[in-house]
Amino acid sequence: MGMRLYAVVAAGGFRRHATYRIATAAGVFTNTVFGFILAYTYTALWDERPQLGGYDLSQALTYVWLGQALLATSAMMGGGFEDELVERIRTGDVAVDLYRPVDLQLWWLAGDLGRAAFQLLARGVVPMLLGALAFPLALPGSPGVWLAFLVSVTLGVVVSFALRYLVALSAFWLMDGAGAAQIAFLAGLFFSGLLLPLTLFPGVLGEVARALPWSALLQVPADVFLGKHAGWGLVEAFAFQGGWALALLLAGRLVQSVATRRVVVQGG
Amino acid sequence: MATGTGFIELDGVEKVFEVRRRTGFLRSERREVRAVDGIGFRVERGEMVGYIGPNGAGKSTTIKMLTGILTPSGGRLRVAGIDPSRERTRLAHRIGVVFGQRTTLWWDLPLRDSYRLVHRMYRVPDARFRENLERCVELLDLGALLDVPVRQLSLGQRMRGDIAAALLHDPEVLYLDEPTIGLDVVSKAKVRGFLRDLNAERGTTVLLTTHDLTDIEQLCRRVMVIDHGRLMYDGALAGLHEVGESERTLVVDLERELPPIRLESEPSVRTVKVEGPRQWLAFPASGSAAPLVARIAAEYPLVDLSVREPDIEAVIAKMYASAEAR
Repeated sequence: MGMRLYAVVAAGGFRRHATYRIATAAGVFTNTVFGFILAYTYTALWDERPQLGGYDLSQALTYVWLGQALLATSAMMGGGFEDELVERIRTGDVAVDLYRPVDLQLWWLAGDLGRAAFQLLARGVVPMLLGALAFPLALPGSPGVWLAFLVSVTLGVVVSFALRYLVALSAFWLMDGAGAAQIAFLAGLFFSGLLLPLTLFPGVLGEVARALPWSALLQVPADVFLGKHAGWGLVEAFAFQGGWALALLLAGRLVQSVATRRVVVQGG
Repeated sequence: MATGTGFIELDGVEKVFEVRRRTGFLRSERREVRAVDGIGFRVERGEMVGYIGPNGAGKSTTIKMLTGILTPSGGRLRVAGIDPSRERTRLAHRIGVVFGQRTTLWWDLPLRDSYRLVHRMYRVPDARFRENLERCVELLDLGALLDVPVRQLSLGQRMRGDIAAALLHDPEVLYLDEPTIGLDVVSKAKVRGFLRDLNAERGTTVLLTTHDLTDIEQLCRRVMVIDHGRLMYDGALAGLHEVGESERTLVVDLERELPPIRLESEPSVRTVKVEGPRQWLAFPASGSAAPLVARIAAEYPLVDLSVREPDIEAVIAKMYASAEAR
């Protein structure tokens, strides 16, 4: 099918989001404000309970700012391609997409990776820098850890994409993606560890939360950043993310082929 | 029309949708809707054919089957020898599609980016791509628009942009679904002129659905009329008048107000309207007006008269109405 096509699609995804400068600026501002609010809350919490969840204060603060930096990148609360896809399904425009010689899932994945790359640069770097200026963050010293972090973020974006793709495809049956999107939003908010690190969740809830795919979005990349995974631990972390990515992408393909057959036979 | 091997061939093509209607809390009723009910036609390479019919007649369903995004429920369908629904991707490289109300362009990016995408999507050789783009830009007047984000284009500009996008990979056949819908007069003229040239110079086969019969009158020598999923007419545009039993109108100005004109010798003539001294008489389009005028002049105090040709819209409206009544 040619990687060049998907490279153009990814570049397009990057540039599309780059055109909305005011929205980007507003996003950076929001991430920074929430970063400060959460950072002060965490400071109070860790003063009471040092080493909570296995993090010291500076690690906990780093976790906060990583969360804000990756919020848009990994689309933890939605806000990627899915609204557009749901709209195309609802209006029937998706039929137009089908006659083009492209793979639907790869097409949207490429676009979403482009979006994520833009948002990592635009909405990730600035809040992280501001956070690092205002608080004593635990930044990795070795370039290897930074590299591992980037790999982990990329895998997290793919997992996030695969989840949102499944949610968006539900519009083929539900005709209104709002309900499914709402559930996905809450799950993303809670199980990605955006509000509280999943290592703080007690007992079985913690076990389950850490095994769910959403933990690949923030918890795993953050722990890679903080150097919690090294050696085989790092391989395991990547395998966890990659496994979920693969399983969910395959599930998406399956649902896509059922949905496509439905459109092709039933006209949507 | 069913002679030789056409470029587009349909034989008894059907499309049946199953519609489920909820009748109770858990109960639902299944009903079959025959959107396309046994259609057959051939289109030769290089033909330009109008495909018309009222809303819900089955036009778009036919186009969707021709592109392969809908599988027929029955019958045989071939485009360039390919079964569209089985080899959708292979066929995609040889066809271009423009849906008037749906865009394939990237909404938030300049037009140019969407063309770059088409370039890669259809793997068009670089030189060929440049040449085609230049040609489209020139003929569709897109030069000033290439760097404008699509969302800022007017409907007419966007439509021209979409038509160009559908042609950059040199498709052998172009399906246009309502290409002039919502466009102003100038944009319509531009689009029509472009399509005429495309067909004449490149020999691109064009199948056009539209509500605007001027499109057909100006572009297509052949027209197919579909209603309730069946082909009602397939032939020259001029022939529609005979099939539709169309009538011409004689507008007569008399010296004074008189009861409706009645001519014993011309039973097929009806007076359809009287307004003071002016009367409107309908007579078969196939007949001659001369004997009729002579009779009226002989029997009534005639001051002035004029003959009005039937317009195609009225013909087709009548055709739909008679099908409805059947």
